Amino acid sequence: MKTNGNGSPWMISVFLLVIFLGGWHLLTLRTSFDAKGKTEEQLQMLEFNGDIVRAEAGGYAWNPEKMKGVPGPLAVVEKARVELSEAFVIKGTNDHGIGYLVLYTVSRFAGGFLAASVVAIIFGVLLGLNRVLFRAVNPFIQVLKPISPLAWMPLLLYTVKDPKWTAVLVVFMAAVWPTLATTAFGVSSLKKEYLHVAAILQLSWFKRLYRVILPGAAPTIVNGLRIAFGSALVAVVPAEMLLGELGVGYLSWIEWNNLDIAGVIFAILVVGVVGVILDSGFNKLAGLVTYQE
Amino acid sequence: MSFLVVDHVSKFFPSHAGGGEVCIFKDVTLKVDKGEFVTVIGHSGCGKSTLLNIIAGLETLSEGGVILNGREVSGPGLDRMVVFQNFALMPWMTVFENIALAVRSAYPDWGREQVTAHVHKYIDLVGLKGAEEKRPIALSGGMKQRVGLARAFSIEPKVLLLDEPFAQIDALTRGVIQEELVQMWNATRNTVFMVTHDVDEAILLSDRIMLMTNGPSSRVAEIVDVTIPRPRSRDTVIEHPHYYKIRNHVIHFLVRHAVHGAAGERGVPGETSDVAPLVVRF
Repeated sequence: MKTNGNGSPWMISVFLLVIFLGGWHLLTLRTSFDAKGKTEEQLQMLEFNGDIVRAEAGGYAWNPEKMKGVPGPLAVVEKARVELSEAFVIKGTNDHGIGYLVLYTVSRFAGGFLAASVVAIIFGVLLGLNRVLFRAVNPFIQVLKPISPLAWMPLLLYTVKDPKWTAVLVVFMAAVWPTLATTAFGVSSLKKEYLHVAAILQLSWFKRLYRVILPGAAPTIVNGLRIAFGSALVAVVPAEMLLGELGVGYLSWIEWNNLDIAGVIFAILVVGVVGVILDSGFNKLAGLVTYQE
Repeated sequence: MSFLVVDHVSKFFPSHAGGGEVCIFKDVTLKVDKGEFVTVIGHSGCGKSTLLNIIAGLETLSEGGVILNGREVSGPGLDRMVVFQNFALMPWMTVFENIALAVRSAYPDWGREQVTAHVHKYIDLVGLKGAEEKRPIALSGGMKQRVGLARAFSIEPKVLLLDEPFAQIDALTRGVIQEELVQMWNATRNTVFMVTHDVDEAILLSDRIMLMTNGPSSRVAEIVDVTIPRPRSRDTVIEHPHYYKIRNHVIHFLVRHAVHGAAGERGVPGETSDVAPLVVRF
């Protein structure tokens, strides 16, 4: 298929961003307060509620302290500026700077994901090498795999009795099944010639695993890790929200409780940025272990 | 006693249709002397690759036994290295690493420098100097099989098992590598057991050619002595008066057995397994 056009994709990206931000700005723009057609009583009521304030030059204007509707991009940028300028400031038990929140989320995510990957790869290799065991265990994996990791949360919270570890375990639960299933598949569908060569060369069990089986199954294992990575990243945000564990996911919820919609949007953007950074790091690692045939 | 003896080996597979077993081949007996090059030719499905895998220890046999240098063979080992039809190079390793993996396994006491020197010797032998750090993806089929041959020769096995080694290589390159194999074999005088479809290849390389009937229940029907003196090369071998006699004989045999069930003048397969193979000599 011939690709059409030779323009820069960056130009299009910038154009789309401008359109999006411009549209957002215009749609959220508030017209200045118009007192016409309102009785003195209604105006007093609005002022009493704090919706409007009396302007110095007489007349009324919208109260800038009280936002209504979705905030515009400028409000979000202002919020981001404030938050980022205090990224590493702790103001209270529930008010840590955004830098700390990102750190908490990333470490929570990394702990659960890495633990799940190690466990899943070990068991996946065992299952992949033993066809009978694989077929015996596969029905359980198939049942456990589609369960939302959040469904485990009450049970996990009840058993470990610690929201901190529960959040890590929810990430673990989200990440373990895809890696387990694909590792077992990758190892069991490894070309038998590779194993034949390993057998003829009388490689030790350990060498067979590290020189042949793991590198041979690496592309499939990485695919499993990629799926696990995505589902763990999706699980970490609601886990924080539900458990009240400080992090970027919880930030979104706190800001909602504060009715600070600009803060919510900022939190969403932070989640996205954190995801992109983690994902690119993962892709770099993945590139090191995959091969082409 | 011969160096490699395949003694009344039979192979049965469980039937796919359910119930009972299918006989792949029956009572295959074969004696290979040290330094001899023996080839098996037969149609697809006659079990010749299965026979090779049994000698390699990669598949189990149902009846009989394989004896190498006076000892019965069980399971794969470094003394019987296979050159695979689809090369079986590890795609995540470079050419050097692929061969070094084999060399280190065969000579676990060697130091790093000794291994490196040995690997380079065999890379040079197959003319792949400069490609040491390439991965298989970057190599043509011919180059891949050169690596496969270098890997096999590098561990100096007692028996080399070639499983249709040139089947996936284009015809022109195939001739060149066959010639290289002739030279490598002249230098090392390894004992070789090869499986192939290619009659010209078999005549060029072999001392004896075994002809197998079609499966199921195939057997070795004839053994053809290749009475063409060595050293051989592709252009001189076809000048020899025996070349076309042997070639025609083998092709006639294959054509006669091309139709499934038409086992030729020897009747129904399976009933004649006690008949010793006919030795053909021009």
